[in-house]
Amino acid sequence: MAKSRGFWADWTFGKVAALSALLVVVILIALAVVLYGESKLAIKTFGVWKFITSTVWNPPMNKFGGAPAIFGSVVSTIISILIAVPVAIGVAIFLTEIAPHYLRTPVGVAIELLAAIPSIIYGMWGLFFFAPFMRDKLQPVIHATLGKLPLIGQWFEGYTPGIGLLTASIVLSIMILPYTAAISRDSFKMVPDILKESAYALGATKWDVMKDVVIPYAKLGVVGGVILSLGRALGETMAVTFVMGNQPVIPHSLLEPATSITVTLANEFTEADTDIYLSSLFYLAFILFVMSFFVIVIGKFLFLKKVER
Amino acid sequence: MDAIKRRKLINSLILVLSTLAALFGLLWLFWILGTLLYKGLGSLSWEVFVGDPPAPGDNTGGLKHAIVGQTIIVFLATVIGIPIGILAGTYLSEYGKGSRWANFVRDLSDVMMSIPSIVVGTFVYAIMVKPFGHFMGLAGSVSLAIMMIPIILRTTDDMLRMVPPELREAAYALGATKFKVIKDVVYRAAITGIVTGVILSVARIGGETAPLLFTSFNNNFFTLNIFQPMASLTVTMYDYAMSPYKYWQDLAWAAAIILTFGVLGANILGRVIAHYKFKK
Repeated sequence: MAKSRGFWADWTFGKVAALSALLVVVILIALAVVLYGESKLAIKTFGVWKFITSTVWNPPMNKFGGAPAIFGSVVSTIISILIAVPVAIGVAIFLTEIAPHYLRTPVGVAIELLAAIPSIIYGMWGLFFFAPFMRDKLQPVIHATLGKLPLIGQWFEGYTPGIGLLTASIVLSIMILPYTAAISRDSFKMVPDILKESAYALGATKWDVMKDVVIPYAKLGVVGGVILSLGRALGETMAVTFVMGNQPVIPHSLLEPATSITVTLANEFTEADTDIYLSSLFYLAFILFVMSFFVIVIGKFLFLKKVER
Repeated sequence: MDAIKRRKLINSLILVLSTLAALFGLLWLFWILGTLLYKGLGSLSWEVFVGDPPAPGDNTGGLKHAIVGQTIIVFLATVIGIPIGILAGTYLSEYGKGSRWANFVRDLSDVMMSIPSIVVGTFVYAIMVKPFGHFMGLAGSVSLAIMMIPIILRTTDDMLRMVPPELREAAYALGATKFKVIKDVVYRAAITGIVTGVILSVARIGGETAPLLFTSFNNNFFTLNIFQPMASLTVTMYDYAMSPYKYWQDLAWAAAIILTFGVLGANILGRVIAHYKFKK
């Protein structure tokens, strides 16, 4: 019997769908291979450990070291997480336990919508509004408080036009706040009411319930969410490009201009005029890819997978 | 002080602190939104939408080139991304159900969703811009499509899996082929969910700048040619905001508000559809 038209439509559709799924895998593998291939020249010239630890980034001399950019990415991510996470958890507690019911949906939706605002808007706001505010208002306060501390005080010295590592970290923390808050709230919401009610029935206060029931129950989800926010902060480009300052140095103070992998890429990629320059930039992109890959895998598969089960 | 009083005191303290945290977080965010509305609405005019690109130092001109460019780039990205995303999602839910391969693809696509957008930009630069020797609008669309595919894949997969198996079995019992079942039963049952996913993914990639910086680049002239560098609202914003001209900076704010309204509009539309769909 001849195969009917229905058979061939069925056969083709199945194959095309399978190919599309395969394509997802192919794109990801191609991405890793191509980035590695493009950065091979720089890997050969500068090595791995030497590139990561060298602080010299000097395009006219064709000398490239990744340390300033990697330092900036890692430090700005850590600071932004340190600022964003406590606030985000506060927001999540407010949304799940404190806010009156008629406020929960509007505030929750507002926070989710704020996560949808393009990151370049955060960057422009940072450059035109937050950087002057930082220079005129926050910097003196930081000098008078954090700058006076022993040991870490030197990290908060110096006078700048308001653009620098700390400014970028703060803008970054605002950028990831809605994201972290939404994940924490969702984790808190997954706690069964009956557990909370049992605790309340024993006379627990709201904080007791949070501390002894909700947070232990939602711990894995929150940690996973924090790690995913970390990945997001690591790869965020536009929010920091405007306010980082693009100075390829490891700054002595957090108030000084610095750079990060994404900032270096955004500023210099189209200007790279030699092969080794471009290859070094690809090398940075490859390092960023590897770092965020591991962050995502740890966050998703070590923590969030356990939550789903 | 007795234990109960202490616990109550700590409790009130924490409640006040977390309310303050919420206010603190919202304060920043509304400062940003307020700035955007204030600067953006002040810069909007008819000229912004229809004017030709401004010359340096000139105080006239608009964003027609960037608005059209943005529309073309995003539209092409959806043309590439939607079929692949939906088909791959269909494969995971309908063909590879529960198999190790399907789970592997699903995990990889989750990883792909979180790859820094600028890394995607460098990748597309290497595979499209470098071989052809110049920036082009199409390359921008490809980077955005790469970011879209995992989002659409995930929502399609989730939505199709929510379709009850009895519906499929009923159709099979009538002698329908798998393709017929998927096309006439599964897709029909899940169409609202899939559309929502598509709209949300457009909202997500529409505001992206980083993947366009080295792919579609920028063009200070109006163009419809997707094989040439093409202006987008986001990259134009970046260039104009960094420029020394006051008028260009104003245009950047105008672009910012157009873009934000577009992206938020799509986002809200997606949510409204989802809300009505799942309320029933």
